[in-house]
Amino acid sequence: MRVRHILRPLAAAIAAAALTCAAASAIAAETPADPAADAKAFQKYFTDKFPKVKYEDFVNGPYSMNEDMRKQWQEIEQFPPYEFALDAGKEMFSKPFKNGKTYADCFPNGGIGIRQNYPYFDEKEGKVVTLELALNRCREANGEAPISYVKDDMASLTAYMAYTSRGKPMSIKIPNDPRALAAYEDGKRYFYTRRGQLNFSCASCHVQSPGEHIRAETLAPALGILNAMPIYRSEWSGMGTISRRFTSCNSQTRAVPLEPQSDEYRDLEYYLSYVSNGLPISGPGARP
Amino acid sequence: MKKSILAATLLIAGVVPALAASEADFKAAYAAAEAAEKEAGQLRNRWTTTESDLKAAQKSAASGNFDAATASAKEAEALAKASIFQATSEKDRWKDAEIH
Repeated sequence: MRVRHILRPLAAAIAAAALTCAAASAIAAETPADPAADAKAFQKYFTDKFPKVKYEDFVNGPYSMNEDMRKQWQEIEQFPPYEFALDAGKEMFSKPFKNGKTYADCFPNGGIGIRQNYPYFDEKEGKVVTLELALNRCREANGEAPISYVKDDMASLTAYMAYTSRGKPMSIKIPNDPRALAAYEDGKRYFYTRRGQLNFSCASCHVQSPGEHIRAETLAPALGILNAMPIYRSEWSGMGTISRRFTSCNSQTRAVPLEPQSDEYRDLEYYLSYVSNGLPISGPGARP
Repeated sequence: MKKSILAATLLIAGVVPALAASEADFKAAYAAAEAAEKEAGQLRNRWTTTESDLKAAQKSAASGNFDAATASAKEAEALAKASIFQATSEKDRWKDAEIH
């Protein structure tokens, strides 16, 4: 009885979606991938849905959707809760490894002002490389143990790197490589695929319902959502990386999260960053 | 005649206790649930609730409560099968929600 009670809403939702959209699915399946057209349509969707929100303001997530929250946030920003992480990140970034090298040795331009170029598609590896992954690879290449993708040190490092890129437009490239296009498509598929017992996709909240509430939380628009990462979340009482954001979103839909920096999450970050190309980096951010 | 059948049924229902699940019942139910959850994992679509039910089944079995253990395992199997259905039905259906 209990099982039936659990499954009935899921089955009904899936059946309804199947009936209403079967024809559209058949057409979409034959449409070739066109990331540039995707990004244009994605951005237009949000500007049409929220005509009063300034385009650059989408990177401010729920604060772009709600005037009262925005005022509170502007006051919070006078003493930003991510400031400690920023200081810690700067110190970590410049502190030499045991071999004398630093993170700066692993990145173009010494790692300063480059956040907007991540993730990128590595043609040698044939996979997407995120900033978090590149930081851990830098550590390992220099004889240091990798750090957790979801905890404070990684958030501090990426906070500092994002800060040095503030205001620079997101500039994700998809090289002329079928594997890069496939990674982008896989990321898109992950974004729109419903999962978890609650049968939610990323898009259910961040495309179909931005500005709406789930309990006390105002849902952020997907457009520009990663530009503010990493973030200090009051809900977490601490900082969180993109990996933490993805895994916690999955948990909230009652899906078992994948491993941080799994191929799926790397591709998701690639897709979501690409469709926000042109919007400024605003990280680190603060969120309720 | 009908009244006597009804009376007999009620008597049996009231007197005879429900058959308790055995350890073998639990093991069979748990194996089925685990197999379904393994398939969900291969589809990269496990649910937290399935995992919770599997753990609850093991906990109940460890304390000798095979009724509760079998019930949790059966629920876990149903949830795992629902997650498999979700993953397979979403294979192409995600495109319906895409912005064009």
